Amino acid sequence: MKGVINMKSATIQLETLTCPSCMQKIEGALKALDGVDKDTVKVSFNSSKAKLDFDAAKVSIEKIEDAIKRLGYEVIKSRVK
Amino acid sequence: MQRFILKNKNSIALIGGILIAIGFLSKWTIDNRLVLTWSLITASILGVAPIAIQAYQALRVKVVSIDVLVTVAVTGAFIIRNYEESAIVTFLFLFGAYLEQRTLNKTRSAIKELTEMAPESALKQMEDGEFTEVDVDEVDAGDILLVKTGAKVPVDGTVINGEGSVNEASITGESIPVAKEKGSKVFAGTILDNGTIQIVAERVGEDTTFGRIIELVEEAQDSKSEAERFIDRFSKYYTPAVLVLSFVVWLFSRNVELAVTILVLGCPGALVIGVPVSHVAGIGNGARNGVLLKGSEVISDFSRLDTMVFDKTGTLTAGNPSVAEKEYYGDDIDKALVYLASVERESDHPLAKAVLEDIGEMPFLPVENTEVVKGEGIVASVGGHRVAVGNAALMERERVTLDEKMKSDIDRFEKKGNSLVLTAVDGELKVLMGVRDQIRPGVEADLLKLKKLGVRNLVMLSGDNQGTVDAVSRELGLTEARGNMLPQDKSAYIRRLIEEEGQIVAFVGDGVNDSPSLALANIGIAMGGGTDVAIETSDVVLMNSDFSRLPHALGLTKATARNMKQNIFIAVGVVLLLLASLLFSEWMNMSIGMLVHEGSILAVILNGMRLLRYRLR
Repeated sequence: MKGVINMKSATIQLETLTCPSCMQKIEGALKALDGVDKDTVKVSFNSSKAKLDFDAAKVSIEKIEDAIKRLGYEVIKSRVK
Repeated sequence: MQRFILKNKNSIALIGGILIAIGFLSKWTIDNRLVLTWSLITASILGVAPIAIQAYQALRVKVVSIDVLVTVAVTGAFIIRNYEESAIVTFLFLFGAYLEQRTLNKTRSAIKELTEMAPESALKQMEDGEFTEVDVDEVDAGDILLVKTGAKVPVDGTVINGEGSVNEASITGESIPVAKEKGSKVFAGTILDNGTIQIVAERVGEDTTFGRIIELVEEAQDSKSEAERFIDRFSKYYTPAVLVLSFVVWLFSRNVELAVTILVLGCPGALVIGVPVSHVAGIGNGARNGVLLKGSEVISDFSRLDTMVFDKTGTLTAGNPSVAEKEYYGDDIDKALVYLASVERESDHPLAKAVLEDIGEMPFLPVENTEVVKGEGIVASVGGHRVAVGNAALMERERVTLDEKMKSDIDRFEKKGNSLVLTAVDGELKVLMGVRDQIRPGVEADLLKLKKLGVRNLVMLSGDNQGTVDAVSRELGLTEARGNMLPQDKSAYIRRLIEEEGQIVAFVGDGVNDSPSLALANIGIAMGGGTDVAIETSDVVLMNSDFSRLPHALGLTKATARNMKQNIFIAVGVVLLLLASLLFSEWMNMSIGMLVHEGSILAVILNGMRLLRYRLR
């Protein structure tokens, strides 16, 4: 590990998820991103939300959103704290 | 391109359906096989595109999803030139997905309504003193905000200026206007029905009461029970297993038709979706009706409840003493009441407040020579009369003679658990009042409903003396009532029920001094009107402290648990039926398999949706 670590947590509101396997897909894609803390990635089925912590020095929220969009899911709103 | 295809999944399903219809029409009307074949081929290729993309994406993250099974199956059918099957299966799969999304949205609608009540903007006072509209995320604690008629209160805070009435339905579930003035607390998500107020922000965003309720409900609907976790693990290995099975079948039988049919029949749809659907609809119904259920474990425990333990004060009773019964003796009662009120007005005894509330507005007379007799009452002179207000011991000291009726009245009042307030004027008893903490209206009927729903024991624990406790218990028909209980005694009692008798126990309390019991019971039910402790430590929150929600909560969890079982039954039953008909009958093929499969998914969703309309009869 080098450089600064700038941990942030994001809550991403997705379009309505309909299949439980969508969650596994999105979770898998998010975990594969460098800079995302794998243990914090959680996609919830009913509220159709993704929550995760990430290192803002390594990956941006735009990149994270893009990873989800590439799977064909709409991102409605995301919040970073 | 990928994204475009996925976005237009529904249109693709529609086009596929039209193509299939054209194909068969041309076959039946003009007997044109060529049109049929080509329209089916086009429908297959179009239809499989979005499914294949989803399958590919799933495989990239090492998930064997249903899409993978369907893609392989359709490809197989296509290769053996069974275009009819490949077209119909893709169409059914896409159309089914569309219906699922529509109906799933319905089951989630109750919770969505709740989250949509969240405030989005606020009028914030800027440095120049003017109010400007900003996003609610930009409001910090300490900011001064303006709320106009019809607007949502954006944060939790205190009114510093103005007045109005607020509809707090989003917090309490009760659509009753509540008056607010300077110093009143207001809550995020409530609506200012009339008036204009300025507030100072205290808690913002997710920290507000409303924010926490939403977070709890959202967590609850996605929390998983043991059964669901099992299904999740199961489906993770199940889909690859189906793939392997179908491959093995093909290897040995060289029958592609059979192998791809197995793939379609093996789709686990209804099983993985059946339980979450009941769950989310049940929690949604609760949220709409002022009952916050925190998760599916709570639903499963609550539905199998044996014993319900109640705290007395503030739960079964109103929490503040009032005059429950009274008797008057002799003439000049009006005057006696004026004397009584005048004396009690100067007292700060808790019983005095109840007495004054009961008498209501009265002209007061000057009171002289007040003498307080400790533990007995007050003696004073009012308008030239000697007035004694207190208990039976004071009457004895004052040598007040009591006739038979008075004695039997006193006896009767005491047996009912009243504290007595006797008033004697010039040595004659005029007024007898019985003061007690009265049972909340409707509690008796609610307890009866709970019994009917199958709760075996209704127990009351209280710090009050046994006499008072027994009186309340008799009136309500409880199975057991214990007085003189300290908070630690209550939790010890609950622990004994759970650990030694193996019962499933719910504890209902106000959440203030009962947190140990709330936490210890299998189901802690807080009667907190949105208080922090209540929300945090309990498993079920009755918003607005509304006791009458309790039978609904119990009935709802029972209905939800039943609904989940029905869904599991439907899902497993359908898979078994399909496999059996594949093995033992001739008529089973891929298209019928897909039709039944999608049908069973819709069946479990529609069954779950019934919970949204659940009402306790």
